[in-house]
Amino acid sequence: MDNLVWLIPAFPLIGFTLLLLFGKRLGEPNAGWLATIMVSGSFISTLCVFIGMVGKPGEERVYEITLFEWIPSGELTVGLGFLADPLSITMALFITGVSALIHMYAIGYMHGDQNFSKFFIYLNLFVFSMLMLVLGDNLLITFLGWEGVGACSYLLISFWHQDPANASAGKKAFVTNRVGDWGFMVAMFLLFFNIGSLKYSDIFSSVINADALTQTTATAIVAMLFIGAAGKSAQFPLYLWLPDAMAGPTPVSALIHAATMVTSGVYLLTRMNPVLAEAAGWSTNLIWIVGLFTALFAATAAVAQNDIKKVLAYSTVSQLGFMFVAVGSGLYVAAIFHMITHAFFKALLFLGAGSVIHGMHDEQDMRKYGALKKVMPITASTFIIGWLAISGIPPFSGFWSKDEVLLAAWNENRVAWVLLLIAAIMTAFYMSRLVFMTFFGEKRWGEEEKETNLLDEGEEILPSDEDQPHTVNPHESPVLMWFPLVALAGLAVFAGILNLPFSHDTKYLEKWLEPVLFGNEVHVLASTSTKWLLAIIAIIGATIGVVSAAWVYLKNRFDSTKIELPILQDAWRFDRSVSEFMGGPGKKVFELVTWFDRTVIDGAVNGAGKLTQGLGTRLRATQTGLIRTYALGMVIGAVAILAYFVSRMNF
Amino acid sequence: MEAVTFFIAALIAVAGACGVVFLKNPVHAALSLVATLFGVAIHFINLEAYFLAVVQVIVYAGAIVILFLFVIMLLGVDRAESMETDPIIGQRQIALLATVGLLILGTLIGVAFSGDVTGIPPIEAQQSTFDGGLVIDNGSIDEGIPPQQNIKEIGRGLFSTRYVFALEITALLLTIGVVGAVVLTRRPKSALDPLPDEEPSAIMRNSEEELAETPSEIEETPTEETGKSDTENLSNEESEVIGE
Amino acid sequence: MTLALTIGTEYYLALSALLFTIGAGGLLVRRNPLIMFMCIELMLNAANLAFVSFGKEMGDLGGQLSVLFVLVVAAAEVVIGLAIVVAVMRRRPKASIDEVSVLRG
Repeated sequence: MDNLVWLIPAFPLIGFTLLLLFGKRLGEPNAGWLATIMVSGSFISTLCVFIGMVGKPGEERVYEITLFEWIPSGELTVGLGFLADPLSITMALFITGVSALIHMYAIGYMHGDQNFSKFFIYLNLFVFSMLMLVLGDNLLITFLGWEGVGACSYLLISFWHQDPANASAGKKAFVTNRVGDWGFMVAMFLLFFNIGSLKYSDIFSSVINADALTQTTATAIVAMLFIGAAGKSAQFPLYLWLPDAMAGPTPVSALIHAATMVTSGVYLLTRMNPVLAEAAGWSTNLIWIVGLFTALFAATAAVAQNDIKKVLAYSTVSQLGFMFVAVGSGLYVAAIFHMITHAFFKALLFLGAGSVIHGMHDEQDMRKYGALKKVMPITASTFIIGWLAISGIPPFSGFWSKDEVLLAAWNENRVAWVLLLIAAIMTAFYMSRLVFMTFFGEKRWGEEEKETNLLDEGEEILPSDEDQPHTVNPHESPVLMWFPLVALAGLAVFAGILNLPFSHDTKYLEKWLEPVLFGNEVHVLASTSTKWLLAIIAIIGATIGVVSAAWVYLKNRFDSTKIELPILQDAWRFDRSVSEFMGGPGKKVFELVTWFDRTVIDGAVNGAGKLTQGLGTRLRATQTGLIRTYALGMVIGAVAILAYFVSRMNF
Repeated sequence: MEAVTFFIAALIAVAGACGVVFLKNPVHAALSLVATLFGVAIHFINLEAYFLAVVQVIVYAGAIVILFLFVIMLLGVDRAESMETDPIIGQRQIALLATVGLLILGTLIGVAFSGDVTGIPPIEAQQSTFDGGLVIDNGSIDEGIPPQQNIKEIGRGLFSTRYVFALEITALLLTIGVVGAVVLTRRPKSALDPLPDEEPSAIMRNSEEELAETPSEIEETPTEETGKSDTENLSNEESEVIGE
Repeated sequence: MTLALTIGTEYYLALSALLFTIGAGGLLVRRNPLIMFMCIELMLNAANLAFVSFGKEMGDLGGQLSVLFVLVVAAAEVVIGLAIVVAVMRRRPKASIDEVSVLRG
């Protein structure tokens, strides 16, 4: 079973290659089915490896498979190899599982798109890259996957690139990610410089046993890794790209920008936990403080969004902040636990939102929804499960994992706990707002469609026919789309079982991840009664969030405009001020750089060419083609040589 | 006696050389060349290079000059060329300067050897090699060595280890020469395109009167302009690319 | 009548320089390709003369042997050169050497 590891990324790679070659010929829906089957095959092989791993004692659960030497150059030898251990297999399991479901969903969602097969080419490439990221046995392979998912993310965000807004959203994601990639690369250089290897096992053994890193170096590496992780996982201030990334098709948002790719920063930091343990306290503190701030910040922004996908996007940013709080406090298991449950319920929510958008004919504004529960029963009920899970209502999975994260904050700092609790309450609030506005209340779609369109602040939805009012007939999505919803809903309900806090025996995930954490997991010292108390407070908080949302949006007891402040809608104007800075003073700096590049560097390069050209034009005249002038040149040369000899003679 | 021979032979050689350069008819020039070659052959005898003198007469006068004459007859180019002006501007003046410089400097170097020998004879020449055959006994030169001795020594020298490789290469060179001549003069099966008409080069003088200054100017200017606009287009394209 | 003058190497060298110069001047001035070849022959002969006189001066047979090689090279050069001339003249019978400048830059 162990040597099946290479099969896990091989399946999507085969799928990618086949689709690249024959995708157009396969057409719809066969291309989608091929991609789905490949990812399912990958899931099954992951399952086989997982079962084989479960059957072994804890110490033997880590093994490496090197396929071949990839870059053998001097001291740097990088093999193309895989590291299969509980962490990577856990990641691979939920990545392939969720991916398979989303692939299936996408067959329905992308129905009728003219680039149907291209979409699945990208999706399979993405799954391949993501698995390389997770399964690679050294940092360079991880980096390869890291860049691969970045490229796929770019390609998929701007999938409908006919609209310039989508194209620029893709560019924004790409450029913002470059900042993070820079951090990752510097961290890699530092590690190689100090340890001489990029292989995880070498790094860990030399860090743990040989104490190869000084505290300063480790701190620098952690800071750089954190920049990389913040870029990919959309932490403040590099979160900017994620809300814009919703320009991509909804399955992409679900797969890449909620479930898998954005969690790779958390994965990276968890993977490098021995280095984190070496680093100075302030760097890990920085991680949880940034995570906490991001969680709060994004939650406030999510409250005021009207675009259903924007709400979910800010919610994702906020939940990623939760995970970073856990990582920064050293509760890696909580982070991974929340990552898994979040992958399930956020994928579910995104797919549900996609189903709603699909049913509403590409309408994304929640103000034009309402009372959809009756027309879309399956979507509504699965969405409600996802809502309860993310809000932290027991016994849904989100409650268990969020409780762990809150414990992490409690362990770190009481104020942090309070702030994180506020973020959790706001999570419940904005998610309830979303659900109430979409599925309950009175319907706000239908006849007055045209008027609202005109009132709309110039958003991109245009009636397809301007003379007749656009009629909206919401309908339930086809089985291809609701089956993944149901499956994910089931997972969102029961994923909490993975790590029940009642006794040590029920903490399956913690025991399972033990071999990869090298004892760096921090254990919360609070007593059982405190934990109970905290859990009850969290439940009460979630209930407050839900009830207050119901009070505002169902009963209309409170003017919603007082909550949906414009500044919140603008996400505290951060994005705008960044772009204003970059468009104003920042642009001047870059224009200077461009000028320098154009005149000095290009000038030197072009100047060399121009010089040669000019010289050639001048020297061309000497090539007269007249033999006798050539002979004259030779004779003059002979005279010159003779003159030299004569000058050397001493008479 | 030696001096008399030298001056007479030198006179023949120089007169022949002048004839080659100044006679208008190529046939006359070829005959003058024969005179020069004879003069040089006499010098060779004077220098006790008997074998070379014979080879000079047989190969040069007998073969190469005959080859020249054959080509002249074959092509019928025995017409006289006008020698008044040179079509290439400045060619004659610069050539005069260069040749004068060559003469002065060459003679200077030659005269500088009066007196003692500069340089050292090669080591092999000083050793009495048995079959290398490179040694000419200095004493015997003064006494005068018989011609058959000279031929024997040249034969030995050519096939000694020092020159045998060069000899082999000359064989190859001659073979290539023969093959090349055959290939070059072969008549092609299909008629060849005529060579393109030559535009007069910038440094050429317009010898014919009807080709006044203007046509050549007209011909020259467009090429200049197209050349310039080409480079301009290139730079425009470059700047556009950079601009994007 | 005997002249007291002894002819040393320098006389031969001066003659050689003179012949070479005449050949070079002819090469530069004449426009008939055949005569240009003859001028090249003149220059080669001048070089031969220098070789032989040096060889005698230094008591080395190498001078005379070099002349043999020059002879071979001259023969090959004339053969190829005349073949080219024939090939050119066949296609453009009235060509002077200055008109064959297709290969100019």
